[in-house]
Amino acid sequence: MNSTQTSLRLLWLLMPLSLLAAAMAWIFIANPLQSLGNDAPPVENLTFERTVLDDHGVRLKLRAGGSESMQIAQVQIDAAYWQFTQEPVGEISRGDTVWLDIPFKWMLGEAHVVTVVTASGTTFEHEIEVAVPSPQLNAEQLYTQALIGLFVGVLPIVFGLMFYPVLQGAGRESMNFLLALTVGLLVFLLIDTVEEAFEFAGEAASIFQGSVMVVLVGMASFFTLMAVGNRNGKPSGLSLATFIALGIGLHNFGEGLAIGAAFAAGSAGLGTYLILGFTLHNITEGIGIAAPILKKRPPLLAFAGLALLAGGPAVIGMWLGSLAFSAHWAAFAMAIGAGAILQVVVQVSAYLMRSNDMGAEVFYSRPVIFGLTVGVAFMYATAALVKI
Amino acid sequence: MSSDDDQKTPVNRRNVLMAGLAAAGGSSAYATGALGQSAKDVNGAMAMQMDGHGGMMTVGAVDNAANGFDPVAMLTDWDLGQVETMADGRILRSFDLIAEDKEIEIAPGVFYPAWTYNGRVPGPALRAKEGDRIRVKFVNNGSHPHSVHFHGIHAARMDGVHGTPGLIGPGEEFIYEFDAKPFGCHLYHCHALPLRRHMAKGMYGAFVIDPDPAKHPEHADVARSRLYGSPENAGWQEMVMVMNAFDTNLDGENEFYAANTVAFAYAKNPIKVLKSKPVRIYLINTVEFDPINSFHLHANFFDYYNQGTTLTPTLKTVDIITQCQAERGILEFSFADHEPGLYMFHAHQAEFTELGWMANFDVVEG
Repeated sequence: MNSTQTSLRLLWLLMPLSLLAAAMAWIFIANPLQSLGNDAPPVENLTFERTVLDDHGVRLKLRAGGSESMQIAQVQIDAAYWQFTQEPVGEISRGDTVWLDIPFKWMLGEAHVVTVVTASGTTFEHEIEVAVPSPQLNAEQLYTQALIGLFVGVLPIVFGLMFYPVLQGAGRESMNFLLALTVGLLVFLLIDTVEEAFEFAGEAASIFQGSVMVVLVGMASFFTLMAVGNRNGKPSGLSLATFIALGIGLHNFGEGLAIGAAFAAGSAGLGTYLILGFTLHNITEGIGIAAPILKKRPPLLAFAGLALLAGGPAVIGMWLGSLAFSAHWAAFAMAIGAGAILQVVVQVSAYLMRSNDMGAEVFYSRPVIFGLTVGVAFMYATAALVKI
Repeated sequence: MSSDDDQKTPVNRRNVLMAGLAAAGGSSAYATGALGQSAKDVNGAMAMQMDGHGGMMTVGAVDNAANGFDPVAMLTDWDLGQVETMADGRILRSFDLIAEDKEIEIAPGVFYPAWTYNGRVPGPALRAKEGDRIRVKFVNNGSHPHSVHFHGIHAARMDGVHGTPGLIGPGEEFIYEFDAKPFGCHLYHCHALPLRRHMAKGMYGAFVIDPDPAKHPEHADVARSRLYGSPENAGWQEMVMVMNAFDTNLDGENEFYAANTVAFAYAKNPIKVLKSKPVRIYLINTVEFDPINSFHLHANFFDYYNQGTTLTPTLKTVDIITQCQAERGILEFSFADHEPGLYMFHAHQAEFTELGWMANFDVVEG
């Protein structure tokens, strides 16, 4: 390509870009939309992203999402005006966040409603369902939550993996059953994760376009992991087990987030019953991870690694969920998890077909149908223990 | 924040109603200034007021100058009209009322697109003497049909309701004329439909008719004490309070309650009361959406004249009265035997209290 051609191409590139810039400038300067003439007021929107209750009072993190910047004028708690400070002060630009500090002596175990009144008199409500002190970042708190995370995430995986010696002698049919069981439980987790991702997306500020974000991030996660998984041939054995552990780990991260958040919001008493429910619920996950490595036993260290990969994120989720997280980040994390789980559903299914030298018809075989059913049913039934 | 404010005039829901009015630009500029101020005040005001009210209070201060009215001044700024003597010797009082749309700051930093009489909420407190001829020239500079409906005795033509000539469209004017009777504590308000919205947006005011002592020989002394401008009346500390409220998010419930519009105005600036003079309050309830309002005085009791149409109390020695919508009356009490200090008064619906209808008398020697 000679230089004339290059500059011609440059010109072709610059022309639409400069026209775009000109069009935007014109819109701003000439303000032609003014002639629409309805002078509609700007839409105001506020999202409550975090609530912190402590000795000092109530602190709230808010994100503005209106069509223009907005000003918080007054704050009510339980239909009474309370003095507050805002940091940083002044108008809140679209997409920006502020902290409100309200020295309100909240009542332990009771509900409070915070109402923010903007300069235009528009109100935004946030319900504190059960007022409990927000978890603090200290060693004791971290330890307790790590312990719960271990019970909820790591232990059940370990228990599941401990079935390994028993399962090792499994014949073709038992093998198919176990793999189908894995697919079944993963499908349950997929649905569960997607549901929670959308739930968090709904709570997030609209500027993040939660639902679209969940779908896009989920797809990106799925295709990335598929590409990585197929880089060195179709995954089987330990690599397939690792992918399963990763997908389950991301799901458990989300589960940890949810438990941590519920804990912080005081909406879950986190009773022993609930924790044991999670332990039981997640036990099949260990069996699922073990299924692809039954043919060739990996070193013991690999088992430990798989258990940590699948269960450890629950601990991190607990910490983040109770201490600091915003709905849009939770939705983001859950979407990655959903993509990862979908990827292992596909990989395990492919492995199931491959190892039987069959196509999709393997899913109509008795052990597989049985395995799928048991997997989904077990997860559904044990989930009843942990849904409040 | 200042750079932001300088560049942008916040156009909010409230300014919208001003569109087309010459005032729009000026009003927005006020809004900007007031916001800047309230943000600055936040921290300073906090430390000061936290002590007195345990933090239960609005943050900042309302810009009275921008509003064009001051709740403290409103207590006593009676509109006596233009007075002239008619051929038959009677007094003719002429008042001017102008309806206009105006954004007002009803609590620090909160702006409400009010409909006003003479640019203020409540409208001017009209005061006359029993038997005076009243002439009210009403100009509608607002964006909707409006009227002035007086609680009083008058002809149907002068009633300011739909189907009468007194309900006029934007740009029109009308003159209401009638005799001031009966004496008492009354009100006027817009009677255009939908009535609830026209009331809620601020179109109301006090209308007090003082008794003519000559017509009430049995209680001439009481009548004289009520008659504005008499030496006996000068011995009283009189004030007018219109209990009102604002539904800023238009959900049919009020976000702010007050006496004379500004939430917590008299809590932040207590009303000075001298021990030596008895107090008389002309109290009127114009709250919409809530059926009743109330007035409770701390550490003291008062006599109450329901609607003010009697010269003997209708309730003696009470510390709380309730008023239905448009109900009103006169309260009389004294702090002569009290220690100086802050004496609270408020609606005893705790919700109203905590949403702004809470106030203090600052009782001082003298």
